[in-house]
This record gives sequence, structure tokens and C-alpha cells, in this order.
Amino acid sequence: MSEEIEKKTVVLPEPGSLVLSTSPHVQDGDSISKIMLKVLVCLLPAVIASIWFFRFNAVRILVYCGAFSVFAEYAWSLAIRRKPTVGDFSALVTGVILALNLPPGAPWWLCMVGSVFAIIVVKELFGGLGQNPFNPAAAARVALLVGFAGPMTQWAAPVTGELVSGATPLGAVQLAKGSKEAMAILGSPENLKALFLGNVGGSIGETSALAILIGGFGLLCFRLIKWQIPLAMIATIFVFSGIVHLAAPELTPGPVYHILSGGVMIGAFFMATDMVTSPMTALGGLVFGALIGVLTCVIRIWGAYPEGVSFSIVIANALVPLIDRLCYIRPFGWHSHSASALQIRRGEIK
Amino acid sequence: MSLFKEFTKGFWKENPVLVLVLGMCPTLATSSDAVKGLAMGLATTFVLLGSNLVISVIRKLVPGKIRIPCYIVVIATFVTVVKLLMQAYAPQAVYQALGIFLPLIGVNCTVLGRAEAFASTNGLLASAADGLGMGLGFTFVLVCLGCVREFLSAGTLFGVSMQCWDNGFALMGQAPGGFILLGLILAGMNLLNMHKAKKAGLKYEPPAEFDCRHCSICKLSTEEPAKTK
Repeated sequence: MSEEIEKKTVVLPEPGSLVLSTSPHVQDGDSISKIMLKVLVCLLPAVIASIWFFRFNAVRILVYCGAFSVFAEYAWSLAIRRKPTVGDFSALVTGVILALNLPPGAPWWLCMVGSVFAIIVVKELFGGLGQNPFNPAAAARVALLVGFAGPMTQWAAPVTGELVSGATPLGAVQLAKGSKEAMAILGSPENLKALFLGNVGGSIGETSALAILIGGFGLLCFRLIKWQIPLAMIATIFVFSGIVHLAAPELTPGPVYHILSGGVMIGAFFMATDMVTSPMTALGGLVFGALIGVLTCVIRIWGAYPEGVSFSIVIANALVPLIDRLCYIRPFGWHSHSASALQIRRGEIK
Repeated sequence: MSLFKEFTKGFWKENPVLVLVLGMCPTLATSSDAVKGLAMGLATTFVLLGSNLVISVIRKLVPGKIRIPCYIVVIATFVTVVKLLMQAYAPQAVYQALGIFLPLIGVNCTVLGRAEAFASTNGLLASAADGLGMGLGFTFVLVCLGCVREFLSAGTLFGVSMQCWDNGFALMGQAPGGFILLGLILAGMNLLNMHKAKKAGLKYEPPAEFDCRHCSICKLSTEEPAKTK
């Protein structure tokens, strides 16, 4: 018996002859700050479009949100005696994305509450960058929308800056509900062109689908996001709202209108695709995007709010661990017969 | 432990909300303004005091296996009493604002928790002091939470306008705001306790007897705790 055990003893290599380290084992030149800078570059078209359409208001909101986010991150680093992480630009990215999600009439304190909420409550309290279950910008927008419904819906017409109410494309949909003719006017080619270029009311950064598509294309080229997420999200919204439109034209405008209006584009390319809060696998990305699409359509068509992208992103973020668990990468040789409830799966916590 | 200590532990050391983290449902639902929090806290205090008294009196008569149903009957009696009393004598607005949460005191974990953890093994006076202290500690937290949430969401305190805050952060008046605020308070309290322990040269750990592993309620069907034999 003892001889048998001796035969099976594993011979360990000489100490020091192997390099022991934790993953990742293969590294390239990417760092957080480089990735975030790339994201910032991709955000540039949307930023320029927002300044083009909303002039000084957009500059003001972008500066406030960026500054307050960076300051909140710095203050938190000081408070918990950590090396300041402002240099990785992640706070700046969050601030810019949040700014693009605010209405042009947002006062300074709204920007401050939103930025502090995004950085401290949504990100840092969960453990900082890489640990947050929810996208900071989307969650902050939801908090502001639920908390300050008044200032968050003070829309201004583009260029002139004149304050108007109910001037967003989705607000118009809400008003036109029940009338087939009004919905048909909304879906007219001139209207769709204005939506595509961005010369409409709305949050400062979400109006121009063209600018965000350029930025999103940049993100895809830099390979920073999974193409499955935006594709699944936009395709689902297209199909879902298309079916509802065909079945009940008085309830909702056509699918193209849905895709181009509101936060669908910025949500699909910049918020849903956050590396931290999206599923790990390609299949998971498809499921995740489709889930956001369905939720968005349901909230828009039957919900009390005219817009539901940020709500959907936050809800879907909460489901990411489940999606990851269901859409894990099957190892070679895996078969559904061999899957047992006791088998530990990738991405599963036991 | 002296009676005074049994009374004061409910305020800080074993506060039902902040340390034991019991009774979250009424805490979050009725702390959206200070008046509601105060009324809910006082009603719960009455139930806690009454049920603790009665249970400590009958603790030797009740067989261990059916003690939970017996305790629930006692608690439900006091809940009915407080509900009828409030319906008759409390301001109508307060009674209606509390709504379903008043009868739900009967399933408040704090009440059953104190009956199970304290009144069933301690004498009359100690149980009364414990019930009163726990109830007032609960009230204290509810009023504090209520004040902050009411001020942030509506700019008022106990219904009186403070004249300094016009854009209410409505999120704070709703359930998510309650969760976030309570989480922040719990974190702050742990931080304070850790700081205190560090100063005394110790490592802070939450009291072990109150976590899930040490609670006997789930084990009722399989085994009988040794204490109540």
C-alpha cells in the first residue's frame, strides 16, 4: 500500500525554476487609462454634436459633470486613503456620458447630485472601478429622473435654447397616442431625418444618432465593445416596435422612429456595453441586448415614462450574473446530457 | 446585567434596526416621513413591551415545540389592541398613512425575535426593560431616518416647512432612497465601531449570536433548542 502511494507521488520542480503568478498571463500594452482615453475619443462626435445643437448649455453641463465626477472620485480617494485614481480617466468618462444624458436646462446642482451619485454611490461604494454591478451613468440618470422629475424634463429647443415642455420626440409620441394620423406625421421622412441628424429636443447628447453612430463605429474599431450588444438591442427594438406598429398603428410610431429617438443609440453603444456591467460571452451579449430592447419597448409603449432606455439598462445590469451563468462557454466535449446540477460552471460562485 | 443596561442596549449596542437588522419592511416603508416613523415606532414599542411581558410570564408554561405559535398569538393580540387604539384615538391621517403596516407589526421580526431570544429565557422585569429599550431604539432609528428622508424629499420636518430646499429629491421619499440611506447609515455605524475597536486595540466583529447561523427559528422542525427544555 505504501509503495503504491510512493509511486504516485508528484515530483515538484525545483523551487524558483517556475514563475508563479495569477492571471492574466498574457498582457498587451492596454491599460485602463488608454482604454478610457479611446472611449473619450469615441465620445467626441457626440460631444461636438451636443455643443453644435445646444451651444452654451451643452458646454456648461459637460464641464460641470466632468468636473464634479473627477472631484468626487478624487475626494473619495482621499477619504479612504487610497492612491488617487483620477488618472485612469474612468471618472471623466462617466461624467461625460452622464452629461450627455441630461436635459439642456439642467441646473448646476443637478449635475452635482448626478455626478456624486454616479461616482460615490453607484461605483465606489461597491468597491470602485470594475466592481460596480450597475452602469454609473445609467443608474445616476435613473436616480435623477425618479428624484427630480421636474428639472429632468425641462427640455429646450436646440440652437435657440428656448425652454419648452414636451418638445422631445418621445414626449410627442406620448401626446400623439391614440391617433393614427398623428403617429403617421411623426414617422414622416422629414421627421426621421431630423432625428437622425439630431436637430430635435432631448438630452444634450442623445439627439444626434449620426454622431453617436460615428463614435460607436470607433468603439467597434478599437475593439472596446462587443458588437453583439448594440446589434441585439437595436434589432430587438426594431422588430418589437415594428410588430406593435403593424398591429396597432395608433399606439406607436414606426420602428425607425423608435431606434433614432431618445437614448437608444447612446444607450446601445456607450452605456449597455460598459465592460464591467455587461455579460462576458458573445451569446450573453446577445441575450443582454435583446433584454434591454424588449424592456425599452415595453416601457416606451405601455409605461408611464416616455423613455425607458436607462431603466432597461439598469434592470438588465442586475441580471448580468444570471445571464453569465446561463451563457457560459461550454468546454470542449460538453454535452447537455453530461450537464448536471452539481457540476461547477464557469462564472459560477460555489 | 442590570435592568438599566437591558434598557439601554436597544438604543445602540443591539439596536434592532442598525445592529440586528430586523424589521426592515416597516423600517423602509414607514420612515418616509418623521410623523409616520414616530407613530410606527411607538406602536411597535407598545407591542414589544406587552408581548415581552406576557411571554416572560408564560415562558415556563409553554411547551418548547409549540412556543412560536403561542408567541405569535400573544403578539397578534397586542397588535390588535394597538390597531384598535390607534383607530380610535390617533389622528386619522396618521392611522391611514400607516395603513397595512400597522397590522403587519404582528410579523415584525423584531417582536418575535425579542420574544424568542430574550423574553423566553428571562424574568419579568428584565423582559420589560428589554422590550421598552428595543422599542424605543426602533422608534429612534425610524424618526432619524424619517427626518432625513422627509427633509431631503419634501423639505419639511414633522410636516413643517424648513424654507430652504425647494427641489425635493423625491427618490429619498421612496423605497430605493430608504435602502440607500439605511445602507449608508449601517456602513457609517460599522466604520465607527471599527474605529472604536481599533483605538482599543481590538478587531471589530459584529456580535456573533445575532447572525443567521445562530438563529434557531429555521431549525424548529428538526430539533428543539436545548434551552427551553
